[in-house]
Amino acid sequence: MSPVVNNLLNVVLILVCVVFGAALLTWLERRLLGIWQDRYGPNRVGPFGTLQIVADMIKLLMKQDWVPPFADRLIFIVAPAFAMFVVVAAFAVIPMAPGVGVVDLNIGLLFFLAMTSLGVYAVMFGAYASDNKYAMLGGLRAAAQMVSYEVFMGLSLMGVVMLAGTFNLRELVLAQADGWFIGPQIVGFFIFFMAGIAESHRTPFDLPEAEHELTAGFHTEYSGMKFAMFFIGEYVSVLMSAAMITVLFFGGWLGPAWLPPLGWFLLKTMTLVLLMILIRGSLPRPRYDQLMTFGWKFMLPLALINLLITSALILI
Amino acid sequence: MKQKTGLGHYIYIVWDYFYSNIVTLVKVASHTFTKADTVEYPEQMPYLAPRFRGRIVLTRDPTGEERCVACNLCASACPTDCISLQKTEDESGRWSAEYFRINFSRCVFCGMCEEACPTYAIQLTQDFELAEYERQNMVYEKQHLLIDGPGKHPDYSFYELSGKAVSGRAKGAGTQEAEPVNLKSLLP
Repeated sequence: MSPVVNNLLNVVLILVCVVFGAALLTWLERRLLGIWQDRYGPNRVGPFGTLQIVADMIKLLMKQDWVPPFADRLIFIVAPAFAMFVVVAAFAVIPMAPGVGVVDLNIGLLFFLAMTSLGVYAVMFGAYASDNKYAMLGGLRAAAQMVSYEVFMGLSLMGVVMLAGTFNLRELVLAQADGWFIGPQIVGFFIFFMAGIAESHRTPFDLPEAEHELTAGFHTEYSGMKFAMFFIGEYVSVLMSAAMITVLFFGGWLGPAWLPPLGWFLLKTMTLVLLMILIRGSLPRPRYDQLMTFGWKFMLPLALINLLITSALILI
Repeated sequence: MKQKTGLGHYIYIVWDYFYSNIVTLVKVASHTFTKADTVEYPEQMPYLAPRFRGRIVLTRDPTGEERCVACNLCASACPTDCISLQKTEDESGRWSAEYFRINFSRCVFCGMCEEACPTYAIQLTQDFELAEYERQNMVYEKQHLLIDGPGKHPDYSFYELSGKAVSGRAKGAGTQEAEPVNLKSLLP
């Protein structure tokens, strides 16, 4: 195969797998939440209910593609596409195994951070274009939350970057051949994990869409396929956070030879996804000011101290 | 009260919060191995308590006669006014309902009618599967409500105990009843 065909195949396969994986994740999450709440969850359609996503897809596609007359039409339509685009674009830099991965940027980590930061625009566009008070509140919260969590998200990764001496994600994985970065960077892992959940705005950091107070937050006015794109975007972003944590802290595809490299990568990623779903299933949502206090007064100093100690240890 | 400050207290608060969250996570995760409380309903019937209040029926007494005497107490006890009936009397002197109609689209299955009924005629059963495609089908007439058996009180027979004379049984012929006393014969 020529490199062009190989690359193209890589891109298409990864894109399809990521989007379908995210769709399947909606089923997995509902099923697991069900089990943890002592019920069954969706188990009717197909084996173990796995075809539930097909049923959901048909339902969402059949819905009227409704744009509220008071909405800002162009931005309203662009926002969900943008939400999907940024997370899928951020997925491009994640190296899954030797030879599997869309692009191999030498600033991969920075690209990832840039793309996740852009994610806030999708939420704000959606909220602004909806012209709805709940969407507005959700958008405001999303903006404040994502901006403040962005700060220490980047800072928490700098320890890893210092240890490996590169922004290239593939080299970052290879630098963990002697030992995963979860050991020396356990604090960084913890902070990045929190920030990852906050970036994909999921419980307990789902204040932008807090159902109980804001109906659905920034996507209150969305329905049909546009809603589905926000929704899938959220799940892709969960996958992305988990994959990124795998790459940065758990040695990516590295592992004993009884599993292929891609197998190790998927295993680690899925374990982290399960942990995220478990967190969603058990922890309550904090109040908004508590969330901000937690971010600025606890996580940011912690990230800075982690950075300081890591750099001091490297210098010694 | 003096507010506690200092690094020690700060660390304590942080530890306390994280500890409680981790306990929550572990407890929720432990539910992976517990059995589901729900049942897969159409295949498996959920447990229904003995006094479950479902579809309303009209029962018959042990001799197979209708128990309902059309006293209207159920209709007046009904909080949603979903029962309507009309009394009639047959040649033997028994009272019964000429028509008896329950609108199940209004019924809230509170069981007040059953409590009010003096003859144990109206009873609530275990059946809750009342779905219909036509709304009008939710209105049950007497022939839909009447069942063949005595329901929850198999030995109870109102006319046997009431002391009311009907054809075939004179006053005082029932169980727990004495012969009527001729008051005039007791005069001094």
